[in-house]
Amino acid sequence: MAECGGVDSNTTSHTMDKSITLPPDEIFRNLENAKRFAIDIGGSLTKLAYYSTVQHKVAKVRSFDHSAKEAASDKLYEIAVQEEVTARLHFIKFENAYIETCLDFIKDHLVNTETKVIKATGGGAHKFKELIEKKLGLKVDKEDEMTCLIKGCNFVLKNIPHEAFVYARHADSEFRFQTTNPDIFPYLLVNIGSGVSIVKVQSEDKFERIGGSSIGGGTFWGLGALLTKTKRFDELLQLASKGQHSSVDMLVKDIYGGSYACLGLTGDLIASSFGKSATADKEFSKEDMAKSLLHMISNDIGQLACLYAKLHNLSRVYFGGFFIRGHPVTMHTITYSINFFTKGEVQALFLRHEGYLGAIGAFLKGAEEDNPNQYSWGENYAGSSGLMSVSPDMNPMQRARSGTFDMLEMDRLERQLVNLPLLQDPSSYIPDTVDLTEDAQAREYWLYCFEEALDGVVKRAVASQPDIPGAAERAEKFRQKYRHKLQTLRHQPFAYGSLTVRSLLDTREHCLNEFNFPDPYSKIKERENDVALKYYQKAVKSLEALSWEDRQFALVRGVLAGNVFDWGAKAVSEVLESNPEFGFEEAKRRLEERPWLVDSFDQWLERLKGPPHRCALFFVDNSGVDIILGVMPFVRELLSRGTEVVLASNSAPALNDVTNSELQILTERIAAMDPVIESALREDRLTLVQSGSSSPCLDLSRLDKVLAMVARERQADLVIIEGMGRAIHTNYYAMLSCESLKMAVIKNSWLADRLGGKLFSVVFKYEVPVGKPH
Amino acid sequence: MALNGLQVDDGIVDEEDETPSKLPRCNKEMPGPFGSDHQNEAAAAAGRAASERRTSNPSARHRKDSVKKTRPPFPWFGMDIGGTLVKLVYFEPKDITAEEEQEEVENLKSIRRYLTSNTAYGTTGIRDVHLELQDLTLCGRTGNLHFIRFPTHDLPAFLQMGRDKHFSSLHTALCATGGGAYKFESDFLTMADLELHKLDELDCLVRGVLYIDSVMSGGPLECYYFENPTDPDHCAQKPYPLENPYPLLLVNIGSGVSILAVYSENNYKRVTGTSLGGGTFLGLCCLLTGCSTFEEALEMASQGESTRVDKLVRDIYGGDYERFGLPGWAVASSFGNMMSKEKRESVSKEDLARATLVTITNNIGSITRMCALNENIERVVFVGNFLRVNTLSMKLLAYAMDYWSKGQLKALFLRHEGYFGAVGALLELLHPS
Repeated sequence: MAECGGVDSNTTSHTMDKSITLPPDEIFRNLENAKRFAIDIGGSLTKLAYYSTVQHKVAKVRSFDHSAKEAASDKLYEIAVQEEVTARLHFIKFENAYIETCLDFIKDHLVNTETKVIKATGGGAHKFKELIEKKLGLKVDKEDEMTCLIKGCNFVLKNIPHEAFVYARHADSEFRFQTTNPDIFPYLLVNIGSGVSIVKVQSEDKFERIGGSSIGGGTFWGLGALLTKTKRFDELLQLASKGQHSSVDMLVKDIYGGSYACLGLTGDLIASSFGKSATADKEFSKEDMAKSLLHMISNDIGQLACLYAKLHNLSRVYFGGFFIRGHPVTMHTITYSINFFTKGEVQALFLRHEGYLGAIGAFLKGAEEDNPNQYSWGENYAGSSGLMSVSPDMNPMQRARSGTFDMLEMDRLERQLVNLPLLQDPSSYIPDTVDLTEDAQAREYWLYCFEEALDGVVKRAVASQPDIPGAAERAEKFRQKYRHKLQTLRHQPFAYGSLTVRSLLDTREHCLNEFNFPDPYSKIKERENDVALKYYQKAVKSLEALSWEDRQFALVRGVLAGNVFDWGAKAVSEVLESNPEFGFEEAKRRLEERPWLVDSFDQWLERLKGPPHRCALFFVDNSGVDIILGVMPFVRELLSRGTEVVLASNSAPALNDVTNSELQILTERIAAMDPVIESALREDRLTLVQSGSSSPCLDLSRLDKVLAMVARERQADLVIIEGMGRAIHTNYYAMLSCESLKMAVIKNSWLADRLGGKLFSVVFKYEVPVGKPH
Repeated sequence: MALNGLQVDDGIVDEEDETPSKLPRCNKEMPGPFGSDHQNEAAAAAGRAASERRTSNPSARHRKDSVKKTRPPFPWFGMDIGGTLVKLVYFEPKDITAEEEQEEVENLKSIRRYLTSNTAYGTTGIRDVHLELQDLTLCGRTGNLHFIRFPTHDLPAFLQMGRDKHFSSLHTALCATGGGAYKFESDFLTMADLELHKLDELDCLVRGVLYIDSVMSGGPLECYYFENPTDPDHCAQKPYPLENPYPLLLVNIGSGVSILAVYSENNYKRVTGTSLGGGTFLGLCCLLTGCSTFEEALEMASQGESTRVDKLVRDIYGGDYERFGLPGWAVASSFGNMMSKEKRESVSKEDLARATLVTITNNIGSITRMCALNENIERVVFVGNFLRVNTLSMKLLAYAMDYWSKGQLKALFLRHEGYFGAVGALLELLHPS
């Protein structure tokens, strides 16, 4: 059974404090535009969901009308900050005790009056029905709990990378996040509420309750309360975590004196739960009884889950319900049980947003006309609380579980995201090169690094909006928010899934956007683009003067040297800031001499002597010198060889990376100077697509659907990935099903050290998939 | 089960014909029956004080060597020392000749008289008279098979008795199974100078079940089932001829539970087990109600009402949860009502005992059903002392098997519930496998 319904209010009411004041800028954000409410009321926690629109400033670039030939315009393009409306899902979780306060708050702040209905699910929904209808004036529309749960589960599994994790209590990182498998079905969901429901999910709309058990969270709670006179579920778990079950349980060794070796049953195995309390006439401690009860119930559920998984031949088993919800104690015992009964063949999986599934599902039921499933959604790191503490004992300050408002915000992405069809094995693809959750040393460094860089980011953010009021204050808020995120991540690196350089960068972008700094580098990018364009023709001419072989080398060096121009890298931004004249030639001189740190240039050259590629998909990096003097001449050469080129750039700004709209303008400007580019554009041999991303890194499993389509249609047989963020922090080990070229200059001495190189070491990695001689 | 009553008198050891000790899947450190005192085998059982002791006793060695193909001397016991109960079967020969009577040592007589003339031993030992098998022929001898049990924690008293009655002077091999055969091996040796011949409990269980069923074909059938389990008014116990029993799922509910899939007499596997068994029922009942015996707990349970303790489907949905085919009367959460303080205060001890019984029983039923599905077996035999005088649980199991499998699964029960391990141990004494 899924419910934890009808749980008596006494269990929570004594902590009730109705006079709380809600921090309105923190929770229930964007209520003005809120619509489509859904609520999931469980035994102790309420989850509220609503859809809202967020007004955001976005940076737009617009080409000047050059036909007018305004000599006065010395600018390359116009940078405009516009208001844009984006869709966001808000989910808030709070104790049932706050329901009334929260409903009042919503009532007071709700502007939108179109909303007539609130979708409701959860065992407590009927209890609060009247209250909700009275307070909000909305009709409560009940939805089936299990249907909501499954819908929610499908949604998070599809849309949130690193949603599922394996729990390992004593490992360096307690949470081992699973890579997102594009195919999430079929799976087994074991929902442990007061009873247990075991559901087999086969597709978005097809699921079946294949079994269950009456021994669940309610049994632990009810029987535990009888045995220990402890009323609260959390307290019972606390007791259990301190107890010794062996004083209550009869173990194999109590019967055998040792192990029952021929059956492989070790002596410490429980032969009979509570077996000792039947034979020994003595008092048992509350802790020991609670522990014994916890083991009994966890083992029993684990065993049944395994029997069902085996019968239905399912290997993915997710656990949820209030018994599990964020409790390391029960996650551990369930994990242990599953390992024991399947001998490690099945892993117990848990979900980061397990508590929200019902609310998400109820919301989706109500939003069916908006077709939420046709969009891709992304977790907003700025607005989401992330996975909270693990061990309440270890971090008592941050886990006042009760009274905490926990939030999840998801942005509707403009583009639908899919896998790059050229990934060799999408299910095993991991974008990130280093998992900072597991690598404590690397984590330490990068957290420090991002904190160090914060002042500079704030400074640039302010500088990017000289004419917009309040920039300094907003920048300061940004600083506080991001610093707080970094501090949280220091203690809970698992908060948003695996911590990676990419997630740190993305979190920073989310925080900048949150405070309306959509593009702090816009002006710098423009200036660099402008300067670089002036050198384009000269650069092309000097390349053309070279012999074929020399030119190939010079082109590669050009891309690499161009890539040194990167405001994202601390070492470079310092040089750039102190000496704006630091030129392209200087960058080339700084480059490492061959042989490079990773050097397969000879193979690449050999390959170029062969037939041209059909189509190259090029993931570009920075604006300015990089794209104009490094990438474009390289692209030009490919085009001249008869290779079609697809240039993939970011959909929205990140650092000084060139965005798709900037690249459009730049390409037009280059085409005006260069007939090779011009004809390629005209004949559609050079295509610009957006990546769907606004990250300095690259996740090849979440790319714009159009990009994937173009790559497939053009039969791309070469993927080029450029830059530290895309080719080293991510995708360094990515395996593609076609030829690939990863080019980057290491502009961080720590990373260089790690890879065995030094500052400005070069990675030039040309790979041909095994068994595929181009 | 081939019963070989043949007796070889000369006691000559035929090396060729020596049956190696065969304990399927389980011959690691168990000395083989009657043949284990060769030096090399003693070495295989290295480190075990008992084995060393045995080799150092030349007279015993001689006796055992010569007995290999013979009928063992009386008394004949089979013992199963479980986590909670010790089960003892004793064969009382009724065809003793005058000559034998003459030769019979006083100790042996005294033991026979003590066991057969009493139905209770001390304060906790009980002979289940109603289970006694009379005029049974075993190894060419005719007699009665007695079934005796006492709590495992009274084993010291039993050993003391064995010492007082000079049991060890009878030079009998004491075949024992169950975990206690291992745990108390040294106690047997030090307290009563008795050497245990240890046997695997599951081997004994399977052997015992098949044997008892085979010898019971004449009298009242050993195996029975409940007719109309889903209809309380017409639910009745009916004999079931277990003629072609394989494959069968054998569920042994003692303190804990073992579930075996039996494909033939010599081919079985342990599918799984659960720690929620008879010990859990009694243990929880003792804690919840203050009772102290199984009988007491059962008596309370028979008077209670579990629906006051458990949260039913209808308590949540007002009726059936039709979408998932769950009837309103099904338990949604065992002890689920006990989350509420008021309800905790309103239930009786009897209600709690009943809920404990129902919870444990249904859980065993549900795990069994899943195993039956996974193993593709339709016949389930429930044994073990949890079912002793526990018609409540048997009917619940019969009902659960039938209802949730939509009539596909049949729950079978055996009259000698908890004694099969001990019987298997006795058979091992008479016919080493």
